[in-house]
Amino acid sequence: MLTKRIIPCLDIKDGRTVKGVNFVDLRDAGDPVELGKQYARLGADELVFLDISATLERRKTMHDMVLNVAEHVNIPFTVGGGISSVEDVDDLLHCGADKVSINSSAVKRPELINELSQKFGSQCVVVAIDAKEIDGEWFVHLAGGTIPTEIKLFEWAQEVEQRGAGEILFTSMNHDGTKAGFANEALAQLSSLVNIPIIASGGAGNVQHFADTFKEGKADAALAASVFHFGEIDIIELKKELRNQDIEVRL
Amino acid sequence: MDIVIVDYGAGNIKSIQFAFKRLGYEAKFSKDPEVIKAADKVIFPGVGEASSAMSMLRKSGLDEVIPELKQPVLGICLGMQLMCNYSEEGDTQGLGIFDVDVKRFSNEVKVPQMGWNTITHLRSDLFKDINEGDYMYLVHSYYAEHCEESIANSFYKLEYATALQKDNFYGVQFHPEKSSTAGEQLLKNFIEL
Repeated sequence: MLTKRIIPCLDIKDGRTVKGVNFVDLRDAGDPVELGKQYARLGADELVFLDISATLERRKTMHDMVLNVAEHVNIPFTVGGGISSVEDVDDLLHCGADKVSINSSAVKRPELINELSQKFGSQCVVVAIDAKEIDGEWFVHLAGGTIPTEIKLFEWAQEVEQRGAGEILFTSMNHDGTKAGFANEALAQLSSLVNIPIIASGGAGNVQHFADTFKEGKADAALAASVFHFGEIDIIELKKELRNQDIEVRL
Repeated sequence: MDIVIVDYGAGNIKSIQFAFKRLGYEAKFSKDPEVIKAADKVIFPGVGEASSAMSMLRKSGLDEVIPELKQPVLGICLGMQLMCNYSEEGDTQGLGIFDVDVKRFSNEVKVPQMGWNTITHLRSDLFKDINEGDYMYLVHSYYAEHCEESIANSFYKLEYATALQKDNFYGVQFHPEKSSTAGEQLLKNFIEL
């Protein structure tokens, strides 16, 4: 059986993981490679590296980091942040990234999704969508959720699927950072509308939240950052509990 | 040990080279038929779309070279699919090494299948020290049907061939280079064939 995936997300700035990682037994918690290896050992199914740096050298440092991760980590990983062209993606895939995640650039120029899926295949194109529920309606937001648009979440999700996205990473801004659970209603609706995998993001606080997002939210994967980075949730323990609740996971 | 990864312009092949490096082997890329023929082991990768991958193979003449190879050959993902008779993806003929067709998953399941699935019905030295029900990482929209040449199956709405073997030719639908320790064991087994 295909299993549900648990995905830690690492924020990267200038080639280093950003503060907020608190692991014992790590010599250098700022090193994406060491952290990636650690997570692979601890049962993570995939990793997401999100580049939040804004420097001119960002491309070069990102390439170096991707090469390094690909060399040392034996599970798949996605790279996101600041990707806006076919060339960007070509470079990252050549450095060994398995998938790329695009967000604002897809909203600004939706044809990018078609171009990427035609050139590299849908399997490596993840479209990240940040959305916020306002008066009962979900609207897509850009630039890390800071810029609202009038684009409706569900319409956009269907469009990105039609254009060739292989997966959707949906972050609910209403839930992100609350540690009160994922946006399961919206997630379930997404899953019923599109036929590509959905990664749930935003709101993870405890083990039951993961179980709920797989059961009620119909999510195919769940992504979280701080609960893993601070050791609040141990991935193996999480997976054992999911299996207790009859959710298929890789243990 | 001379390991050659066939480089015909398909996707992320660095990961395979890195996986061998983690096992202590240098694998090199080549599209030169002479280099490929002389290798001890050949890896035939593939990411992307079947019909365009086939046309790249035809352009380089590798479509004639690969089926004639005598050493162990391992097709990975699309590489495995291209070694079959025919693929629905782009309505293309394959290399015809494995006597089976490649079809698209039905929309009753999410497509692509993305993630870790179990492998079962293992029957090959390729799976030495790998257990029934171990997990491998898969990303694919098309699958080879279960057939006589199946040496492992996976289940995604239906039972399909997740690995194939005929003589010196092996194919795996999953990505051993991304499948943690089980995948590393499989690559090690392939080297030791």
